Amino acid sequence: MEEIIQKVKNLSVGFKSQKGHEISILKNITTDIKKGETVGIVGESGSGKSTLALAMMGYVKQGLYKMEGECIFNSSNLLNMNNRELEKIRGRKIAMIPQNAGQSLTPNLKIGYQIDEALKLHTSLNKNDRDKKISELLNKVRLPSPETIALRYPHELSGGQQQRVAVGMALAGNPDLLLLDEPTTGLDVTTQAHVLELLNFIAKDTGTSMVYVSHDLGAIAQVSDRIIVMYSGEIVLEGPTRDILQQPIHPYTYGLLKSIPKLSLAGLPDSMPGSQPQPGTKKKGCSFYDRCNLAEDKCKKNSPDLEYINELKTSVRCFNYKKLIKQKSENQSNIKRNEKNIKVNEILNLTDVSISYAKQKLLDQIFNKITDTNPTVKDINIDINKGETIALVGESGSGKSTILKSIAGLLRTKEGKIKFDKDRVLSNDVKKRNSSDLRAIQLIFQNPDESLNPNHTVEEILAQPLKLYFGLSGEELKQNIIELLEKVRLGKFYMSRYPRQLSGGEKQRVAVARAFAAKPDIILCDEVTSALDVSVQAAVLNLLQKLKEDFGTTYIFVSHDLAVVRAISDRVAVLYQGRLCEIGPSKNVYKFPSHPYTEVLLGAVLEPDPDIKPKLVAEDIVEDKPPEKGCCFQGRCPRFLGDQCKNETPPWQIGDNGNAIRCHINIKDLEKKQNGN
Amino acid sequence: METKKSSEFKKKSIFYKISEVLVTMASKPSGFIGLSILFFHILLAFSSPYLAPYDFKAIDPSLMLQAPSSEYWFGTDSLGRDVFTRTIMGGRTALTITFFGSLIALLWGGLLGIFCGLVGGKVDDVVMRIVDAFLSIPWILAMLLIVSLLGTSTEVLIPALGFFYGKGIVRVARAATHDVIAKDFIVSARARGHSNLSIIWNEIIPNVRDAILVEGAMRWSWMLLGFSSLSFLGFGVSPPTPDWGLMISNARGLMSFAYWAVIAPIVGLSSLIIGINLTADAFAKALGIDRSTKAPV
Repeated sequence: MEEIIQKVKNLSVGFKSQKGHEISILKNITTDIKKGETVGIVGESGSGKSTLALAMMGYVKQGLYKMEGECIFNSSNLLNMNNRELEKIRGRKIAMIPQNAGQSLTPNLKIGYQIDEALKLHTSLNKNDRDKKISELLNKVRLPSPETIALRYPHELSGGQQQRVAVGMALAGNPDLLLLDEPTTGLDVTTQAHVLELLNFIAKDTGTSMVYVSHDLGAIAQVSDRIIVMYSGEIVLEGPTRDILQQPIHPYTYGLLKSIPKLSLAGLPDSMPGSQPQPGTKKKGCSFYDRCNLAEDKCKKNSPDLEYINELKTSVRCFNYKKLIKQKSENQSNIKRNEKNIKVNEILNLTDVSISYAKQKLLDQIFNKITDTNPTVKDINIDINKGETIALVGESGSGKSTILKSIAGLLRTKEGKIKFDKDRVLSNDVKKRNSSDLRAIQLIFQNPDESLNPNHTVEEILAQPLKLYFGLSGEELKQNIIELLEKVRLGKFYMSRYPRQLSGGEKQRVAVARAFAAKPDIILCDEVTSALDVSVQAAVLNLLQKLKEDFGTTYIFVSHDLAVVRAISDRVAVLYQGRLCEIGPSKNVYKFPSHPYTEVLLGAVLEPDPDIKPKLVAEDIVEDKPPEKGCCFQGRCPRFLGDQCKNETPPWQIGDNGNAIRCHINIKDLEKKQNGN
Repeated sequence: METKKSSEFKKKSIFYKISEVLVTMASKPSGFIGLSILFFHILLAFSSPYLAPYDFKAIDPSLMLQAPSSEYWFGTDSLGRDVFTRTIMGGRTALTITFFGSLIALLWGGLLGIFCGLVGGKVDDVVMRIVDAFLSIPWILAMLLIVSLLGTSTEVLIPALGFFYGKGIVRVARAATHDVIAKDFIVSARARGHSNLSIIWNEIIPNVRDAILVEGAMRWSWMLLGFSSLSFLGFGVSPPTPDWGLMISNARGLMSFAYWAVIAPIVGLSSLIIGINLTADAFAKALGIDRSTKAPV
């Protein structure tokens, strides 16, 4: 019998609404965390996963209260303890690693001092021992030269390094249980893969139990032994990682896995209809009833209990799970994209575009002298064909959004031309563009919360482009708005709603409708799905694809998520530090990544399958400036040649598969080397 | 899927919104007290000419400094005028002048602030330095200068007060605009090619309106105090018009033996200021709560 560290029993947490109704956020959660085990809690936003993790350290957010149940740690109930007693447990026995380490570290204290504080609080070591321990901890989380890191301030470290420091601090008290709340969500793919690998190592090395909360099944798959799937405040599925991911027997998990885009599969993922019910709206029956394909009448009336199935070692909350046992999720019938051959009919040409954020001095401005020899974005040459979806991918700081802003005219290019429709040079200032150029290029933003004016109704939001470009008014305007809403599959009654009354997916649909209102030729999509939940993301991707096929719109799609890009794009351009590394048809770039950076990037992508491990080829150093000369990727390249890469800008080479790369090594050799790995 | 009735999300009329805010304000004790005091004063200002038992300017030396009695409820002042009459009428001028003054302050301060916030750059720098320079001048000295040059007529006082109290609003409006300006919906409007004016009117004003209105309400109470100070110094309302500031000034020398002549206007002035302050606080809270409201649960 394994030792149980924490026992959660019948836990319900909720709040009282203004009308006095009791509304639960967590319903009857019962689970155990065993010693040395890593448990992944996965669910979409609002499923209660963070609330559960916080309750595990005896904390209930302000405004919420414990309705019933207990969290037992070391045979005492954390939820009945007072602050004094909790202080002895938090940090020493149970430690927490927050999502954004950059914000949880105090900005004006040195790293070493902050860890020292944690050590003073949780251990009884003297000064010398503490100093030794600090180095030891920083070494353990694999930070280079711990002594110098300890003397730095948080802002002098990269996001990945900050997260490592947070892990180190959490380990200071030698905790038995480590709670991690989305610890890698804000990090770049390569950094994320490295941090996860570190966490795996620490779990094995120290034998600490971990509870890993995330919305990302890919990350959960890499670290956890057991997975808990939450939906609407309930555990709907719980069991060993491999079984859950390879044979999900709850319809929600099944649908969730299908809606995740995967590197190995072309085409768009299936989407799940609807969205998670708001807390308090559901009275009777299964909470997943509205969205379930297997739903029957009894699901509407009775809510199923969590049932333990012995032969699968899995608990499931569904009446009809048996129907899913035989169905395997691996060969998903993904929706095929209409991969028409796109004719060469260029609509937008970027020629030698460079963009700089550096401010020019007044004198240099007057004499038109270029002072910044190392601009943020340099030498971008892309020809975009009508009707294609071209994706710009890269890690943060790769200049993908910068390029998008320049195309929209919001950021001045320093050099080079952006030509629209073959011969019209677009002005690099949005104010100097004429109305038809403005109409032709529309933007969709990452976060619909910010891109929709909170004080406007959906009707007012959609009316703006219609009034501006087509001068519509009255009944005609209203008719057009209704048509637009229908196009994005929203009902007419959405017109009078405010953005705060819509869910994330609905908001993004309104943003999509606003872009299409202008009847644009090109739509610039800036990380349009990264603020959305997976199942909603799939629906938005499907919608974008459908609209594109209907209207022949060209998309320029910026994303850091390589699997999403694989799903939607025809062509992909890989950027590093504002320079193009590789460009080519998506299927070839993903199948035969030739440029070393593409190889690193693709290797680090996490798949929701515990058997596919990420390949960590290069170090996850973060460079904040592109190198002055030579190849842009020289600092991290696993195939670094030496002086040639340092001094000479690599030439373009075109491979047999149609992808062009910028590298000194012959493209054929690169392909051979990668197959050898 | 979503099947909520559309009636639930009907766009609300402006009157409905105002009444909703008023109800929210009155639901807290402090807001209720503030609103009651303010309404009482406004009501009094409108009706006092009809309520007043005596003529406010009737001087009668035989009735000098009478103590409060059943005949003269608040007693009489040094010229034998009825203090009750003068007290209930003493807020009229102050309320009117400061109300319109605050409106002017709101308008020019708000618009200039929004404009500076939106345009930024050099224009913003220059305008804000000028505003800062004006902020550093003691307002009462500047007011005295203006009043002594141009006289104490309403046409001079309202714009002068409006100007001096609008400087602070510029800063608030500019800061509120800065918060909004970075949001994507502004970028989106810019990318669509809307003019600055259209962006100000459609995108910015609805989002900074609340902050500016609350600031304006606070300014109103400050301006009231400032205006009364001017009257106290003899630069506000000219006698014999009843005014609290003037009444306090006239009667303060006799405070030791005719306290009633001072206390009544003091109570009038301070209760109005307290009332406006409480109302402004409740107003801010009501709008704040309104802004964070999520979809109905």
